[in-house]
Amino acid sequence: MARYVFLMYDAEDWHDTVDEQGVVDEFRLHEEFMAAVAAAGASVVGGEALERSSTASTVRRGGGDPLVTDGPFADTKEALGGFYVIEAPDLDVALRLARACPAGTIEVRPVMEMPDGV
Amino acid sequence: MAALEEVFRRSWPVVVASTARLTRDLDLAEDCAQEAFERAAATWSAAPPDNPAGWLTTTARRIALDRLRRDAVLARKLPLLVEPGGADEDDPPPTDPLRLVFTCCHPALARESQVALTLRLVCGVDVPAIAAALLTGEAAVARRISRAKQKIATARIPFRVPPEEDLPDRLDTVLTVVHLAYTAGHVAARGALRDDGLTECATGLARMLVRLLPDEPEPQALLALVLLTEARGPTRTTSDGDLVLLGDQDRLRWDRALIREGLVLATAALRHPRHGRFALQAAVAGLHATAPRWSDTPWAQIVITYDALMRRWPSPVVALNRAAARSRLEHADLDEVLREIDALAPELAGYPYLPAARADVLARLGRTDEAAGAYGDALALTTNATEQRYLAGRRAEVRLRHV
Repeated sequence: MARYVFLMYDAEDWHDTVDEQGVVDEFRLHEEFMAAVAAAGASVVGGEALERSSTASTVRRGGGDPLVTDGPFADTKEALGGFYVIEAPDLDVALRLARACPAGTIEVRPVMEMPDGV
Repeated sequence: MAALEEVFRRSWPVVVASTARLTRDLDLAEDCAQEAFERAAATWSAAPPDNPAGWLTTTARRIALDRLRRDAVLARKLPLLVEPGGADEDDPPPTDPLRLVFTCCHPALARESQVALTLRLVCGVDVPAIAAALLTGEAAVARRISRAKQKIATARIPFRVPPEEDLPDRLDTVLTVVHLAYTAGHVAARGALRDDGLTECATGLARMLVRLLPDEPEPQALLALVLLTEARGPTRTTSDGDLVLLGDQDRLRWDRALIREGLVLATAALRHPRHGRFALQAAVAGLHATAPRWSDTPWAQIVITYDALMRRWPSPVVALNRAAARSRLEHADLDEVLREIDALAPELAGYPYLPAARADVLARLGRTDEAAGAYGDALALTTNATEQRYLAGRRAEVRLRHV
């Protein structure tokens, strides 16, 4: 088994227009996704939904004093809105699950596995 | 020595793939295969063993075991994800090369990485030759290959033949890569018209896919396409190395045996209910191969075949080929064809065969100034020296006709 982080990117205007029913529907999509993960012999071992990117603060530690700026690191049309940590047997299974993940764009990154004792 | 090279070429994918099963590391497998081949070259000069592939595999695996024992770091490396083959591990299953191809052509790798990795790991083409074929630097190719291997291990791309439900998509990627390798050899990036190393590698791969996936129609179709094209090989240039177009080739010198084999494969593929785009492309190649003279070419049938291709697998290159075929129909409306070609220009920017096709139609319309300009455009986009000479010659010809 290997662990993958699914980074979920979406346009954020959803936050401006969503009503109560929209939130319920969104929750149901994620429940369906988690059921699909289990059905594929994989498991969800972590994950969070994030507040919108306008609430982010970014600290840049270059050479000199750390600089704090308002907003996300990368100001893109589709912003990071949440993540899952999925345990799956291989990349094929992970990519199949990513296709079922409720987000506009999903980046799948393997977790760096540390040797025992580190 | 040529026979030995042939043995090496045939054995290479088997040796790398079976060694990778043991080492669970593509880098190490490649190194050990290389060393086994060097030992063979040094010791076989008198008489090769009865089973050269077996000898090479055993030697490469022994080298690998020695290295793994000696070097604890290698043994600790993140292992390649090998799905058990169900066979005795000392006797690697014959489908291992197929696993290697599917791993190299995994859709999570960029197309250029798939091509470079396949040429290196499956065909044993060296890095300088790959760089020349892909028109990039050697350092860039080496980096691309090493990053791809790293991703295969780190992201856990499995070393296996994909399950039934994924096979059509995954096989299509593999066939696309093999076809790209063939095309890169059919007209080399530079210098002489062909790069025989690449075309032989692609032909060998297509044969291997047919052998290991006998129930799939598209590998047969790709092999048919390759063989029907290869049959014209020696007639594509004059004895001085100048380009000879299809219409001017000496058809009596086309290789009948290759054409026969190609036609049998193409027919079988076309009869299969799951046939795809390569079957239709092979059909076009077959229609050319069986026309006794250029003037006998069944253009109407070729256009119909391109129409069928466009309906299910539309692409600007197919649209360009269809336009060129349409220009050869009796009572063709060349102005209409020209409009069709021009409409494809934005999608095919940088593709030298677009201005070349345009120039041909313009010349036939008597618009020689514009034709010369279009030949110039094609010339500027072409890197192959043989094609450059041809285009420059055509440009001079149409200019003369104008004067």
